[in-house]
Amino acid sequence: MKSAVIVFPGSNCDRDLAVAFEKVSGRKPEMVWHRETELPDDIDLIGVPGGFSYGDYLRSGAMAARSPVMQAVAKAAERGAFVLGICNGFQVLTETGLLPGALLRNAGGHFVCRDVALTVENSQTAFTSRYETGEAITYPVAHHDGNYFADADTLDRLEGDGRVALRYAEQVNGSARNIAGILNDTGNVLGMMPHPERVIEPAHGCTDGRRLFEGLVESFLTKA
Amino acid sequence: MKARIFVTLKGGVLDPQGRAIHHALEGLGFDAVNDVRAGKLIELDLADGTSDEDIDAMCKKLLANTVIENYRIEKGI
Repeated sequence: MKSAVIVFPGSNCDRDLAVAFEKVSGRKPEMVWHRETELPDDIDLIGVPGGFSYGDYLRSGAMAARSPVMQAVAKAAERGAFVLGICNGFQVLTETGLLPGALLRNAGGHFVCRDVALTVENSQTAFTSRYETGEAITYPVAHHDGNYFADADTLDRLEGDGRVALRYAEQVNGSARNIAGILNDTGNVLGMMPHPERVIEPAHGCTDGRRLFEGLVESFLTKA
Repeated sequence: MKARIFVTLKGGVLDPQGRAIHHALEGLGFDAVNDVRAGKLIELDLADGTSDEDIDAMCKKLLANTVIENYRIEKGI
């Protein structure tokens, strides 16, 4: 499986995500700078990492979404490559229009940095196939703008189509219907606020995130 | 030529910043405030003759996220 991690000025989870990709797939991802206009044609998985791209200027993810590399990411997504956006990466994907809705300032006004309880809402996706539907898992979050917003019609559509992949099992940031992670309509793009890449080794204190990456590798092998 | 772009959150979109300002005003004893909504003002210095369509495109493509925000353009100040 050939993977890449996009690096924006201000990204700070890019290396953690690269380590997760490498540990699980056995292959080092390519680190791709935001000014690149093309990605390798045969890329299978693209990680859009967490951080504070462009200092969160204007809106979180707004500037990164307009950077040259994101057009290449959109093109790759269109041809079926997997795209995983975590935290700031989720914000970038909504700003790019690859995922619906927007991430607003947390309802409580505070930056939230802690482990949160999540429920896997749909295990029939490339990203969550190693989990059970309804399974309770724990991932850490660290964000100021994680309050998922979309109009009622969009929310109904997401729920109806099984595109809510993960839901908070507790109140975290005021997200509509406690949504923590959503898929695009073709199921190959996932955006989520929690950080699975931070919980893949016993030394992390929790390994709940590892299966997300394992599931992706497995989906790729099945697809290939 | 100058233009001012006012970006505001749509009605119904939660504004924690506005709420915090509201609380601070109440803390200062201003209890006549019913609600506060905070927005952004972006000032553009533009080449003369920049078309309205171009300014509108700037708003739609970058300056405002129309999923959650409205914008208003004020030209020629």
